[in-house]
Amino acid sequence: MKPAATLAALSPRTRALAATVLIGMVLLVLPLAAGALGAAWVRTLAFAALYVMLALGLNIVVGFAGLLDLGYIAFYAVGAYTFALLASPQLTDNFPALARAFPDGLHLPIWAVIPLGASIAAGFGVLLGAPVLKLRGDYLAIVTLGFGEIIRIFLNNLNAPINLTNGPQGITLIDPVRIGTLSFNHPVAFLGLELSALQLYYYLFAALAVLSVLMCVRLQDSRLGRAWMAIREDEIAAKAMGINVRNVKLLAFALGASFGGVSGTMFAAFQGFVSPESFSLMESVIVLSMIVLGGLGHIPGVIFGAVLLSVFPEVLRHGVGPLQEQLFGRTLIDAEVLRMLLYGVALVLVMLYRPKGLWPAPQHGAPAAGSVDTGPGAVTSRSFP
Amino acid sequence: MGSFDTFLQQLFNGLVLGSLYALIALGYTMVYGIVNLINFAHGDVLMVGALTALSAIALVHSWFPGIPGWVLLVIGMLAAIPVCVLLSLAIERIAYRPLRSAPRLAPLITAIGVSILLQTLAMIIWGRNQLTFPSLLSPDPIAIGPATVTSTKLLVIALSALIMIGLLVLVQRTRLGRAMRATAENPRVAGLMGVDPNAVIAATFAIGAALAAVAGVMYASVYSVADFYMGFIPGLKAFTAAVLGGIGNIPGAMVGGILLGLIESLGAGYIDQLSGGVFGSNYQDVFAFIVLCAVLILRPSGLLGERVADRA
Amino acid sequence: MSTAPLLHVDGITKRFGGVQALHAVQMRIGQGQIYGLIGPNGAGKTTFFNVITGLVQPDAGRFELDGRPYEPSSVHRVAAAGIARTFQNIRLFAHMTALENVMVGRHVRTRCGPLAAVLRTRAARREEAEIRRRAQELLEYVGIGRLGHLQARTLSYGDQRRLEIARALATEPKLLALDEPAAGMNATEKLALRELLERIREDGVTILLIEHDVKLVMGLCDRVTVLDEGRIIKEGEPGEVQRDPAVIEAYLGPAHAPAA
Repeated sequence: MKPAATLAALSPRTRALAATVLIGMVLLVLPLAAGALGAAWVRTLAFAALYVMLALGLNIVVGFAGLLDLGYIAFYAVGAYTFALLASPQLTDNFPALARAFPDGLHLPIWAVIPLGASIAAGFGVLLGAPVLKLRGDYLAIVTLGFGEIIRIFLNNLNAPINLTNGPQGITLIDPVRIGTLSFNHPVAFLGLELSALQLYYYLFAALAVLSVLMCVRLQDSRLGRAWMAIREDEIAAKAMGINVRNVKLLAFALGASFGGVSGTMFAAFQGFVSPESFSLMESVIVLSMIVLGGLGHIPGVIFGAVLLSVFPEVLRHGVGPLQEQLFGRTLIDAEVLRMLLYGVALVLVMLYRPKGLWPAPQHGAPAAGSVDTGPGAVTSRSFP
Repeated sequence: MGSFDTFLQQLFNGLVLGSLYALIALGYTMVYGIVNLINFAHGDVLMVGALTALSAIALVHSWFPGIPGWVLLVIGMLAAIPVCVLLSLAIERIAYRPLRSAPRLAPLITAIGVSILLQTLAMIIWGRNQLTFPSLLSPDPIAIGPATVTSTKLLVIALSALIMIGLLVLVQRTRLGRAMRATAENPRVAGLMGVDPNAVIAATFAIGAALAAVAGVMYASVYSVADFYMGFIPGLKAFTAAVLGGIGNIPGAMVGGILLGLIESLGAGYIDQLSGGVFGSNYQDVFAFIVLCAVLILRPSGLLGERVADRA
Repeated sequence: MSTAPLLHVDGITKRFGGVQALHAVQMRIGQGQIYGLIGPNGAGKTTFFNVITGLVQPDAGRFELDGRPYEPSSVHRVAAAGIARTFQNIRLFAHMTALENVMVGRHVRTRCGPLAAVLRTRAARREEAEIRRRAQELLEYVGIGRLGHLQARTLSYGDQRRLEIARALATEPKLLALDEPAAGMNATEKLALRELLERIREDGVTILLIEHDVKLVMGLCDRVTVLDEGRIIKEGEPGEVQRDPAVIEAYLGPAHAPAA
């Protein structure tokens, strides 16, 4: 039997299962292949997984609920600094009382970090969301941008009169992830393979990313997911049907923020160091471009966008430098600038030519005969304010 | 310096800052009033103006080293203005016009993209480091009462005032101004009356860009630095000023700009004392953001009321 | 039929700037009635609707629903209290399927939150299946059972109106408030609508109806209120309202008032 026919003959359930197994195998093998190419590539993969989580989180706010948050990176920062403060010498060095209370230093274990990062970020999400929810779309975007900047300014300046965040120098010596006795800062032997620390982090992040995908899929097809969609489509009708729009929007903010918070804690552990520089507006825009490019509101699209826009610039970085040397004798445009250029171009071109993204949700329900199909997609739906 | 003297000094500084904000805010407010779009890239147009002027000044100075500073300043502005106007027109035509009927958030996202593109362009042309903007006018301090000012700062205030008056005359007394007001109020009806909305919108962007160019050159003169990122914060603050005054409202943008400048300057000057040393003047930028959030949450229509197009 | 009114509102007053949209309007709707609200354009009918469903805050007024005081101060609580409405301009969730639209209607009577959804608890799965089942049931009830998988905005006009009714019914209302449900319908569709509304009434839901089709209203409604320029000019059974000179004058002008 021809392969295509075989595939078609399988039930959708079996096909989904097969796809899952295939993806799972690819995810497992990927870092080993990348490791052969160089540690930098494994690092890229780990970051890709982190960005997938961030993108999924922002997608809840922008894609599902239709609220344009331009300060999303603040939640990432909150998560990162939470872990940084609770798993590094920063607090014990600057507050003798704490040093006395914790003579071995502060070393928050991972099983506490993740829920803590999630809840504190969610708290900030509610704090941010509560006053701004009634604002119309573009004003909401600007206010959230302002909030993001305020957080960054505070992180940059809370080093006097008491040194909380160590200002622009950031916090260093952050603990790596520790699961039981296993510490993610040296290679580990597993099933005859030697896994580097980078590869360990990748597996952890990939697992978290997969969990995030699962959560988002379940949320999308739930009562809450439908409420979000309804609000996005027509807020007044949603209210008239008894949906407490304010609370549902707050939930979107809180849940989206919690994804950011968890990613942030992981980032802090991974990098061992955090500074306000990593949490600028550009980072928020990067995550936004991932979901816009990929397909707003469509989970596979969002994942695609996140992976594409975190891996491709690295590919460019490796290829473009030598290419420019060959063509022009020197580097005209360095990799960082190229990366920014890519994001800017992505946003503009997508909005002009593919507003629903490169991989939008397939037609949601078949159209009746003779209707014009523009399909779902938050940015282009009628009531996106 | 006595505390009243400090107050006067901060007041003056606030006026300088506020004049700059007002010029930039006018660009935001006019565009929003006519096409309901937050031109996110406006601050970056300012940046391009400042850097273009810098290059032009450096070039001319290298050709004619004897030229007096104020001539260079004029040359800088004359170079910056057309560049910014053309840039802004191109952006409007290529990135915003196709999305005019799209829901409002689509052009906002595009505007963000354009902003990034402008910054990368600047990074490529002028590099990533901060460049020094030369002190073109005499840097000697002039005493006005107890306050100390420089001629550059006086120029900012005077020039801005002149420009704002000119703009008010343009909007109230000329044909173009009438067309702008009509299109801002109801584009379709204005079209029926023979006004070409595309031309009017283009003119609006052009005027805003020219104002931003002047503001950019002045901003760089006052602070003596220019780099690819210099447009972001002033842009955001100027938008705050526009909202504070009432978006779409031209006198509102002027009032909002000056007011925001005063709030920021006085706030930065006194925050140390007010907070008992906890918060210093490095929190200056936070003021504008707090004002932004406060205005949008408490009085979104601004002080003088908004004037937005009826997009029926 | 119980004698206590289902909805009793009194002294509803609303001013928009210089216009007195509603002037001390009152209404008593009995349980199980089909109650009509008619009047010339601009009379204030939709404003009245918006007031009792919380979209517009009145300057004054007392409300009682099912014997208890009722505060339509927030729109979403109105549905929970038992009033569901449709809109003059049809406000469906355009890009969601017909079935999903009705499923959203179930939101107010169901409870599953994000945690249960993410964990896929047994209760969550059960509730979800029940929501789906009931939504399909309602689609069939209004006569569009086969269209559940289609995007709402692609349905025909008449089907969209029916979908809106199905969605409103999903909230298990005591009072179904319909804003011009027959607008744009042809005679056959109006007949089908009339049958549907009578069936709804039989199944225990009280109906309040704004309509311009006087014939439909007269044939369907138990009682009618006539509004003109924000004031009630007549309230009563359809027959007496139809013959009332003030009503005729309001619609057709003073020249048409029958000789006393």
